[in-house]
Amino acid sequence: PGLTLQLWRSLGLHSGLAPRMNRTKGDEEEYWNSSKFKAFTFDDEDDELSQLKESKRAVNSLRDFVDDDDEDDLERVSWTGEPVGSISWSIKETAGNSGLSHEREQLKNRNSFSTYAQLPKPASTYSLSSFFRGRTRPGSFQSLSDALSDTPAKSYAPELGRPKGEYRDYSNDWSPSDTVRRLRKGKVCSLERFRSLQDKIQLLEEAVSMHDGNVITAVLIFLKRTLSKEILFRELEVRQVALRHLIHFLKEIGDQKLLLDLFRFLDRTEELALSHYREHLTIQDPEKRKEFLKTCIGLPFSAEDSAHIQDHYTLLERQIIIEANDRHLESAGQTEIFRKHPRKASILNMPLVTTLFYSCFYHYTEAEGTFSSPINLKKTFKIPDKQYVLTALAARAKLRAWHDVDALFTTKNWLGYTKKRAPIGFHRVVEILHKNSAPVQILQEYVNLVEDVDTKLNLATKFKCHDVVIDTCRDLKDRQQLLAYRSKVDKGSAEEEKIDALLNSSQIRWKN
Amino acid sequence: MAFPHRPDAPELPDFSMLKRLARDQLIYLLEQLPGKKDLFIEADLMSPLDRIANVSILKQHEVDKLYKVENKPALSSSEQLCFLVRPRIRNMRYIASLVNADKMAGRTRKYKVIFSPQKFYACEMVLEEEGIYGDVSCDEWAFSLLPLDVDLLSMELPEFFRDYFLEGDQRWINTLAQALHLLSTLYGPFPNCYGIGRCAKMSYELWKRLEEEEDGETKGRRPEIGHIFLLDRDMDFVTALCSQVVYEGLVDDTFRIKCGSVDFGPEVTSSDKSLKVLLNAEDKVFNEIRNEHFSNVFSFLSQKARNLQAQYDRRRGMDIKQMKNFVSQELKGLKQEHRLLSLHIGACESIMKKKTKQDFQELIKTEHALLEGFNIRESTSYIEEHIDRQVSPIESLRLMCLLSITENGLIPKDYRSLKTQYLQSYGPEHLLTFSNLRRAGLLTEQAPGDTLTAVESKVSKLVTDKAAGKITDAFSSLAKRSNFRAISKKLNLIPRVDGEYDLKVPRDMAYVFSGAYVPLSCRIIEQVLERRGWQGLDEVVRLLNCSELAFTDMTKDEKASSESLRLILVVFLGGCTFSEISALRFLGREKGYRFIFLTTAVTNSARLMEAMSEVKA
Repeated sequence: PGLTLQLWRSLGLHSGLAPRMNRTKGDEEEYWNSSKFKAFTFDDEDDELSQLKESKRAVNSLRDFVDDDDEDDLERVSWTGEPVGSISWSIKETAGNSGLSHEREQLKNRNSFSTYAQLPKPASTYSLSSFFRGRTRPGSFQSLSDALSDTPAKSYAPELGRPKGEYRDYSNDWSPSDTVRRLRKGKVCSLERFRSLQDKIQLLEEAVSMHDGNVITAVLIFLKRTLSKEILFRELEVRQVALRHLIHFLKEIGDQKLLLDLFRFLDRTEELALSHYREHLTIQDPEKRKEFLKTCIGLPFSAEDSAHIQDHYTLLERQIIIEANDRHLESAGQTEIFRKHPRKASILNMPLVTTLFYSCFYHYTEAEGTFSSPINLKKTFKIPDKQYVLTALAARAKLRAWHDVDALFTTKNWLGYTKKRAPIGFHRVVEILHKNSAPVQILQEYVNLVEDVDTKLNLATKFKCHDVVIDTCRDLKDRQQLLAYRSKVDKGSAEEEKIDALLNSSQIRWKN
Repeated sequence: MAFPHRPDAPELPDFSMLKRLARDQLIYLLEQLPGKKDLFIEADLMSPLDRIANVSILKQHEVDKLYKVENKPALSSSEQLCFLVRPRIRNMRYIASLVNADKMAGRTRKYKVIFSPQKFYACEMVLEEEGIYGDVSCDEWAFSLLPLDVDLLSMELPEFFRDYFLEGDQRWINTLAQALHLLSTLYGPFPNCYGIGRCAKMSYELWKRLEEEEDGETKGRRPEIGHIFLLDRDMDFVTALCSQVVYEGLVDDTFRIKCGSVDFGPEVTSSDKSLKVLLNAEDKVFNEIRNEHFSNVFSFLSQKARNLQAQYDRRRGMDIKQMKNFVSQELKGLKQEHRLLSLHIGACESIMKKKTKQDFQELIKTEHALLEGFNIRESTSYIEEHIDRQVSPIESLRLMCLLSITENGLIPKDYRSLKTQYLQSYGPEHLLTFSNLRRAGLLTEQAPGDTLTAVESKVSKLVTDKAAGKITDAFSSLAKRSNFRAISKKLNLIPRVDGEYDLKVPRDMAYVFSGAYVPLSCRIIEQVLERRGWQGLDEVVRLLNCSELAFTDMTKDEKASSESLRLILVVFLGGCTFSEISALRFLGREKGYRFIFLTTAVTNSARLMEAMSEVKA
């Protein structure tokens, strides 16, 4: 393998960004899991990222030399990182016009609007506008008129500036296709002459055949105004392209009533229900939102979605109760957990898993009878074991309640023996514990429970669980690896002694 | 490194003229409102505007103050207000509230609304309903093609994707047709046209109609660009959903490139400031690594750093004259290179940190498994765990979509269980997101009898046969089977690799996904160009559900030079990713072509998912 590949493997990204290998299953398995390639951590000194780090150092060392003088060739950038003089930058300037810092004041002066008159004009002052007004600039070889000499300029000129009346159709007999063409060109065009249903439909079909959605919508706006909704709906039911445009248009302008009528007419019950449900997003007040969700429960959702809607209602109902209760507890200042860990945000409208985390954090020991107890949530919402354990673990680890963590995985069998079990795999448990900076003794215990030896060894090395590494090497009779690990532990430490004792032991029949 | 172009590779046309056109048109429009005025700009238009004009140009045309269009009352005291906006209903409501507040206060001012790139009748309707039609004058600024780079034109219309592919609204088709019309007017006719997809076909038809209506303009001119290829985004969702691993794509996924520039935060700049950096061919360092697989970027950067060091070191031992030469001739270039180098090294470092933290390796492994179609159970439980741990909602959604499309939909049991867990982890309101994804065909459930068929047959009973045909047509456009596995086999998207895939010397376009997968979109383009049409691809076209939506239109043009015939304009309707751009740039180098990209917007997996999300973060 090339150098780069080695680098990648050492970064723990071997099967990620590194090249794909020919897939011979067993072979590959062994390859990836081979303990030669340890998981990469960024504080590892002996990693090969040093290549990158070195480059960085090299580049940074040049900085002193480089940064000593002019900045002219660098783009001037304001405090927000926008290039000074850019449009985004000056909009921010207009927006925040209070409490200007010194730096910003300076920047502003440098490019303030009042000083603009002194700025040199841009090199190319040739503008289309002068071009339209008929002023020509002979000798300007860069001009557009040259570049486009064989093209009539009118196609670039926006059609404006002339009185609107010029476009108004005084003629009353545009055919459907003429009308649609005019609409396509953005011209004002009266549709009032299309009075018979047949004419209206012909107009619509002409618009659809041109594919221009803007024109289709324009015709639909007219039809909506001049046809009863029953007739409109009936005609659109067999014209799906137009129908989709009407639905989108109604969504955009927020004509919820007509939209629901339309879905009802089309017998699209699920869309009807979802459209109604969507409205809850616009309701801020939790009580009102809850009441609204209640009205959603009976709607014709699919069986599966009905359950979700019911859960949504129940969840918000619970959250309102928990929120009121906890806000009270917190402000009373009598409860230790709230004093030690003040709440950062309200629990209202949070997802179920977040609510469970909250409840495991603040209400872990509560009896099942209370709404805020984790067990109650688990039962009410039928939270799977896996999800429950994962969430409870994260919450208790965050509080460093190691005893609770322990209890979470301890099970008794029918003979009364205790055994550790985790529905999520102990390697995950270890990761979560580490993320919450569990002490080594705790980590060690769970690393030891990881079944796969290679994973165990990798984790133990990554999280510096020396004893686990040493014991595992011993069990594997891997003298070489133990020897290599010796260099990673502190000199004169207990670990080093332990390794030395093992290495000198005559009891072990090393495999290498 | 950085693969050089073949010596016979054609020159790219100069697209800077598009910028000048847009700027001049804007100036013309501003001059339509003579005198001092305040300009209100929609946030989404600010960056594109920045790329073609600056404050002093606006000032020269009597723009006094600049404001952002946002839902706040305006403090402007100017007698004339000009609004530069996208044609959106909420902008109309905002303007109406301003104008009506003025009316209530008995204040009269002049108002002008400039719609970019065009106005919609629905907007005018709102102005009319709000009682301000006539009080405001409306204009259009047809700024629809922004050259982001020498070979990349963007319409900067991310909403194109949702409007068409979710809502089925064809409002942007005319905008696109107009843009194509402008291109053919400026850069000659396109002798060879190909396309696939419903939207592509409609845009093509409308464009051709425009050409007929204003005929004569391109006749008799020498074509500059030999081929044009139009492709709908829904031909290939898979590629857009994959994690990107070429440098430019990775930078986009990690930091979000916006309108050709990126905000590098303090973690990249190693200072306390953020820096806005333009990323294009003018950045010499970036230009050499943009298309590289990320694993090659380090070695390149460290080589560069060493070279730079050596060049600086030369100044030791120089006499005065040599030093003077060095300072006046080389120093500036070196400093520039130094600045860029340290930025990209910083970016790499930051990317590495983020990716290591989020277990990128496992993620990519899962993606590759999904692409190849093995270990589906394992991938499903990986996704499940992702959801349970509340890892980013967008990421979880993306993986579910990838699973769905590669497997022709989720099996009902998995669909239900993943959906339930998703709603529990990220909020019940995502029910709406799931409904959107299903409608767009991004996340579906395998069903024995397609529910659509029931509706279809019910509807067809009501109408004549001819109309029923139309309905079936319309339905099939929205919900269809992806057939990814079969297409992948047919087009050989998963390369068989003997030994190691050398990412330093890529052998095919698969290098943009670590050698695991050739982007479907790019493969289609490659095949059609090779065959000069769709011959022999019938089965693929059928599997793509496009039997009537693949087209070829070739005109015999003796004037087309051999050089122009190796220039290809690829139009992505609904967005393209940097990985696709890199893959086609690679193909171009291999075959001596050059590709020019026109996209409705540059996209990536996160943007696609956000467009489908009903709940704004």
